Formats: sequence, C-alpha cells, structure tokens
Amino acid sequence: MIQSLRFRAAVVSIAIFLAFIGVWHLATRSTASVGTMSPEYAKLMGLTATSGKSAMPGPLDVGAKLWEHLRRPFYDNGPNDKGLGIQLGYSIGRVGLGYFIAVLVAIPLGFLIGMSPLMNKALDPFIQVLKPISPLAWMPLALYTIKDSSLSAIFVIFICSVWPMLLNTAFGVAAVRKEWINVARTLEVGTFRRAFTVILPAAAPTILTGMRISIGIAWLVIVAAEMLVGGTGIGYFVWNEWNNLSITNVIIAILMIGVVGMLLDQTLARFTRMVTFPE
Amino acid sequence: MSSTKFISIEGIAKRYPAANGGATTIFEDLWLSMPSGEFGCIIGHSGCGKTTVLNILAGLDEPSEGTVIVDGQAISGTSLDRAVIFQSHALLPWLTVMGNIAYAVSSKWRKWDKAKVRGHAQTYIDKVGLTGSEHKRPSELSGGMKQRVGIARALSITPKIMLMDEPFSALDALTRGTLQDEVRRVTLETGQTTFMITHDVDEAMYLADKIFLMTNGPGAVLAEIVENPLPRDRSRIDLHKHPHYYALRNHIIDFLVTRSKTFTATTPNHDPRRVPVVRPQFTEAPTMPSLTSALR
Repeated sequence: MIQSLRFRAAVVSIAIFLAFIGVWHLATRSTASVGTMSPEYAKLMGLTATSGKSAMPGPLDVGAKLWEHLRRPFYDNGPNDKGLGIQLGYSIGRVGLGYFIAVLVAIPLGFLIGMSPLMNKALDPFIQVLKPISPLAWMPLALYTIKDSSLSAIFVIFICSVWPMLLNTAFGVAAVRKEWINVARTLEVGTFRRAFTVILPAAAPTILTGMRISIGIAWLVIVAAEMLVGGTGIGYFVWNEWNNLSITNVIIAILMIGVVGMLLDQTLARFTRMVTFPE
Repeated sequence: MSSTKFISIEGIAKRYPAANGGATTIFEDLWLSMPSGEFGCIIGHSGCGKTTVLNILAGLDEPSEGTVIVDGQAISGTSLDRAVIFQSHALLPWLTVMGNIAYAVSSKWRKWDKAKVRGHAQTYIDKVGLTGSEHKRPSELSGGMKQRVGIARALSITPKIMLMDEPFSALDALTRGTLQDEVRRVTLETGQTTFMITHDVDEAMYLADKIFLMTNGPGAVLAEIVENPLPRDRSRIDLHKHPHYYALRNHIIDFLVTRSKTFTATTPNHDPRRVPVVRPQFTEAPTMPSLTSALR
C-alpha cells in the first residue's frame, strides 16, 4: 500500500533524527577506564581522563539540561544567570524594535523610489554602496554616536533589515501592471488613494517577501551583535556559556536560535500568503 | 455645439523620437468626428496607431499635436466621462466582482455610502448577466465573464463615451459572439456613445454605425469613413443574408488587403479634413460579374 507522501517524509525525518541521536550518543559515551593513574590526579582530570568520556556532552545530557531550561524559562539570578526565555525575549525585543523602525523607513521610501524614476536614479548610488556593508561594521560608529550598547544593537538590526525591504518595495511598486494603474487613472483616482487601493495591494506580495528576507537576516545578525555588545540576549548567552565552558548550554542555545528563527520566518510566510492573490 | 460633433478629433499627430535623432510619425493630421449616441469603430492593421488614437481619446496618452474635443470641451488627461474597456480586461485580481465594480462606482460618486454603491454596482452586475457571481474573484471567472465585469465596470460610471480597445480579441469565437450581442443590446438600450478598436471585420459590421478605415503605419491616415448600410435592428445570426452584407464586407476586405497599403501612393491629394464617406450597397447593376456567372 502506498502511504501519502507526507507520512513517508515524516518517517524518513524521524529515522534521520534517531540515527543522528544514536551516532551522537555513541560518539560521546564513556568508554572503559583509560588507564591507571593516581586517584588524586584522576580527580583533577575529571571524567574525560578517568572513564574516557568525551568533553562533548551527549544527547542525554543536553536533553536533561534542556528540560531544566524549559521548566524554568524565566528565572533571574542576576546579570550572568537568567533563564533562556528572558534571554530570547531580549533578543526578540531588539529584533522587533529594529525591524519595526526599518519597516517604517523602508516601505514609504521604497514607494517613493518605485513611483518616481527621478528618486530611483538619484538614490541608487547610495543604496548600492550602503547595501553590501556588513551590519556589524556599523557597530563601532553606532557605539560612538549612540553611546548605548543596547540601542546600538537595535541600530545594527535596523540597518541590516532595511535593504531587502527597501529594494523589494521599490521593485514591487515599480512593477505594478500598467493596466491596473490605467484603470485607476481612467477612474480619476488621486495619487494618494491610488497608492493605497491599487499599488499597495498589487505590490504587497513582493513587499512581504522582502520583509521575510529581512526578518531572517535580522535574526542572523542579532546573535553576532549581542556577542559584541554583551549584557543580555541569546547571543550574549552563547558567548557567556562558552566562557563557562558549558557546551551543553551552547548546544541548547543553538537549538533555540534555530527554533525561534523558524517561527519568525513562518509567521512572515503566513502573512505573505494572506496578501497573495491568484491571477 | 452641434450634436454631430460630440467627439471631435482635430488634427492630432503622434510621433516618437527615432534612433537617428529625427522622429517617427505614427500618424499625423488626423481629423475625425462622431455624433452622440453612435457606435464608431476604427479598423486597420497592427501598427497603424489605432490603439494610440483610443488611448489619446481616453486621456491615457497625449497627442504630439492637435486636440480632442468631447462634448464641447478640449480634453486634458483621463476622465470619468470616458470609460475604457481594456483588451486584457484589467480587473484588480485582489478584489471580487462586486469589489471591482464598486471601486469604479465609489470613484465616481465619492460621497455615496456603502449600501448605495453596492446597490448601484449590483444593477450593472445584473445587466451583464453576472448575477450570482458577485463574490467571485477574477481568477475564478472565465475569460468571457472577466470581460463582462470589465463592461459592467465601464457602464456603471455612466460615461459619456465608452472606449473599447479590441475588447473581445482574446476570447473564443462563441463567447465573442455572445458578448457582441450583449454590447449591441446594452448600447442600443442606453444610447451609449461608443468608440471601438478592432481588426475583426464582422465585429465592426455588426456593431458599428460608422467604420473608420485607417491605412498602414507609419504615416497612417484615415482613408475613408464607411457608413453601415445594414438596418439598425440587425441580428448577428442573419446578418449575412442581408443584400448589402457582401457589398459592405467586400469593400472593407478590399481595403484591408490591398488599398490600406497603396492608398497613400495612389491618392496624392487626399484631404485629411474631408475624408470621403462611402455607403457600400448592393446594386442591381452587375458590379461583380464573376459572382453572377458563378451562380448560374
């Protein structure tokens, strides 16, 4: 009997996952004692030396720690010991704020560039030069001028998420079918109403695609930015746990960054589907 | 203002800059007028600028020279008085049938409340036979239904002139026929002044009161105005049985096949302001001996 594609894909996914966990477990498990050494020296060396346990945590260690984190996501024991939920919350907050400001700037500016060939040509050189700059390269300048590490991180998020939205909005607006514009023209619809009733709905799928690309980039950049500015956030958490040599927590943080990134992307994908129209 | 010149195209020209620094003239010194309530039809080959003439009438394009006067006033830009039915229907795909028509209605009467707009739109949805499809989106409609929405949208704003740019050329023959019937019925009922572009001779003969023949471009001219000799109550089914049918059809076909190419060369003193008006009719005299001998 032929099962549905979805079901078969799920079986393969689970098989791959179990195989991965199995290999991971085998590669990191304790082997028999490595050799004889004085008990005091063994104590000093830890499990790695005495029982051959790898320094890399196994899946069971990570699972146990993850469960601990998920049970208490929002505890706060001072600056260097906060729950994973709080750290993620800081990061999402920064991304949200920087991204929101970017939306406010990029979409109206994109409309202007898309609707005015003059502005398109005039602003093009600036965009071409600014776009390829790594967002983190702005960090020193931001720290110097803003003088606040948290705000600087938000600025970096703004600057990295503004370009895909700006370019997609401008492209989407400029590519609106001429016949739709002509419909609005023959109905004597004014520029403002035309922008909202014809151009915005026609360009919305392209604009939302740009917004989806931006949120992905913003989430990539926030981890690096927080490693630099420190204090709070999931990026800082990763770096802090590395300094603590807690590989388990680093692995958990990596997993969480992936899950949150996926959720952000899926949310934007859903919005994109909502504004997409069949032709 | 006399009603014989409800639409008056006065000496318009359209030129595009050419590669060598000069200009390519699509057409120039084009004069054309039409009374209120008539159905006019420009027929000509691709590239003679007929779509440009219609776009200038709509206000979507500007002539390089000359003016267009509608109802005693020179036009400038687009207007709600001149509705356009686009070849590609140009419905807004994110709106429903009702939404598309209501958009036009609320653009014309901005102070109307929602109920009044919808009521008015519904009248025109019913008129083109789309009752029951109000909440469908354009993607759910067939080509013919989409064009019906386009017609309803144009009619709903009760324009002085309805402009159609090859509105049925993208449709299959059967759908085209029914839509031609609808357009004929609606325009006769409302006395709508209509101006259409086509290259379908039968369509022009069935719908138009006057057929404007244009020569090939570039440098196209309006060669002749053909008055339709067929009766006003003609029907598409038995049009070809009318005695004048072949006289009219042959005249237009002859023009499109040969004279549209040679007209400018063979008629050096053509006066674009006094374009000859012809009314091809069947005469008892054996104008076509080959046909009569073939029938015996």
